Amino acid sequence: MRSHFAPLGALVFGLFVMCTAAFASSSATEAALAADPVAEKRLLKLSEELRCLVCQNQNIADSNAELAQDLRREIRTMIGAGKSDKEIIDFMVVRYGDFVLYRPPVKGTTLLLWGGPVILLVFGIFILVRYQRRRAERVAAEDKPLSAEDARRAEALLKEADPQ
Amino acid sequence: MNRYVWILVGFAGLVALLAIGLGLNPRDVPSPLVGKPVPAFTLARLGEPEKTLSPQDMQGKVWLLNVWASWCVSCRQEHPILVEFSRKVDIPLIGLNYKEVRGDGGFDMSKMPADEEKKLAWQRANKWLAEHGDPYKLTVMDLDGRVGIDFGVYGVPETYVIDKAGVIRMKHTGPITPDVLGKKIMPLLAELNK
Repeated sequence: MRSHFAPLGALVFGLFVMCTAAFASSSATEAALAADPVAEKRLLKLSEELRCLVCQNQNIADSNAELAQDLRREIRTMIGAGKSDKEIIDFMVVRYGDFVLYRPPVKGTTLLLWGGPVILLVFGIFILVRYQRRRAERVAAEDKPLSAEDARRAEALLKEADPQ
Repeated sequence: MNRYVWILVGFAGLVALLAIGLGLNPRDVPSPLVGKPVPAFTLARLGEPEKTLSPQDMQGKVWLLNVWASWCVSCRQEHPILVEFSRKVDIPLIGLNYKEVRGDGGFDMSKMPADEEKKLAWQRANKWLAEHGDPYKLTVMDLDGRVGIDFGVYGVPETYVIDKAGVIRMKHTGPITPDVLGKKIMPLLAELNK
């Protein structure tokens, strides 16, 4: 059984080494470009807010797609030129639309996106309250004192079960 | 009983919602450039490298801009359609060659001097057009993809329809199919050329 897993382990280890090597080399070139740590921090913050359009579920800080690299270079140039964060974000939105923003603005077309969770929450609370109320009513209706007849029967049963 | 009907209706609704969501094309991102003036650029031509082209040169004409590269696999798919289009229709089709060398991924750009990149790009683009046919009135070269960024290019091929006033009227991302050409682009061109 053990020998069965050895090749798998080697494969996983190999992949791990390859990934870290690739990561190290890409961060080395990035590091060469980075001169100013403050600018680099801004670049990172901005690129975490922006979606990479090639691999749509990654931001352009994480993505290694060609376009993401180009856009990081573009942001770096703009930071160097003294542009504000808002100007840089606007630059991206003008070209790629609101879709590049991981936090889309609140407006007509995104109302359902922003309001949806609130609507669902209110609906859920409504259902919960209604259920609780109905249940309380049902319990109250069933929770009547025993009739004289039932009490006598219960007494008899108890005596039968435990005749001292 | 009533309650189970509601659960079933809710479930069916969820299934319908997911079915619609999965049917949508995630690449079909609406371009904010539609309805806006075409971004300014001045790029060297493939045919005559000493000459350039700017959108102003196309003012007063309805024209198409097609973003392509020889490394782009889907471009191969749409290319015959473009070649046929250029044979049949008298509307200028301008090619924007996007990152011919850099986009390929097979070159170490940190070791390639600018001259060499230029030479290689021209060579590769010319070769590709010689092999597959040249539907373009002319092609301009966007070596570093900077103009591509201004056009919001994120997936080659892309095609833009630009009207006489220099306003982008339509953008298509991905290869042009006969369907897209016949049902969307041709009617729009006819309308713009009225």
